[in-house]
Amino acid sequence: MTKLVYFAWVRERIGKAEEEITLPSSVVTVADLLNHLKTMGEEYETALQFPDVIRVAIDQEHVEHDEPIGDAREIGIFPPMTGG
Amino acid sequence: MSISPTIRVQREDFDLQAEIDALSKGNPGIGAIVTFSGLCRDEGGTLAALELEHYPGMAEAEMTRIAAMAIGRFKLVGLTAIHRYGKIAAGENIVLVIAAAPHRQAAFDGANFVMDYLKTSAPFWKKEHGKDGQEREWIEAKDVDDTARDKWK
Repeated sequence: MTKLVYFAWVRERIGKAEEEITLPSSVVTVADLLNHLKTMGEEYETALQFPDVIRVAIDQEHVEHDEPIGDAREIGIFPPMTGG
Repeated sequence: MSISPTIRVQREDFDLQAEIDALSKGNPGIGAIVTFSGLCRDEGGTLAALELEHYPGMAEAEMTRIAAMAIGRFKLVGLTAIHRYGKIAAGENIVLVIAAAPHRQAAFDGANFVMDYLKTSAPFWKKEHGKDGQEREWIEAKDVDDTARDKWK
């Protein structure tokens, strides 16, 4: 099981803050994960329709979309940051 | 010897002078202190508040990483970074960065560097709340912020 956590409008569009899912073995990279999530329902498709703007952190560190997920415990999925 | 920064992510407000005092106390090597505070502006009287969401754990971790880069690069002798979350009314504080160095340029650059990275890589998001009581959209990231960060590369 992998814990997914969502923030800001990604969280609102998916309709939940976090969930645990079992990833199919075909999911190797972050890009694979985003594509897989899009098959999980309309709300996921809406949230992730423009993958280029989606930021991802594996175990709380930023990663690029071609990064392998490996044995990640927690994957954060969110829009570009707007703090400060 | 590398200093350890003060990093906090908190709901409550902070006191500028108390944070400066805490940083400078017992540190006679400091010759310059630059403070930056970011406030919630009212956007011409239309904005009541900003709602700040953060990624608990990662926000602190990312701010700590940014602080370590700044300390190493500018040889800072003191650094404080505080970021608030929750609902912040117009006129209230959002963020505070204090950079201390032996000389002014490093203190200016250190504070500037920390803010440029904080805006673009610390996991915080802002949503607007209008004066009319309506929730508005999430604020969009700006290219100009990425450009500001990239000048340090």
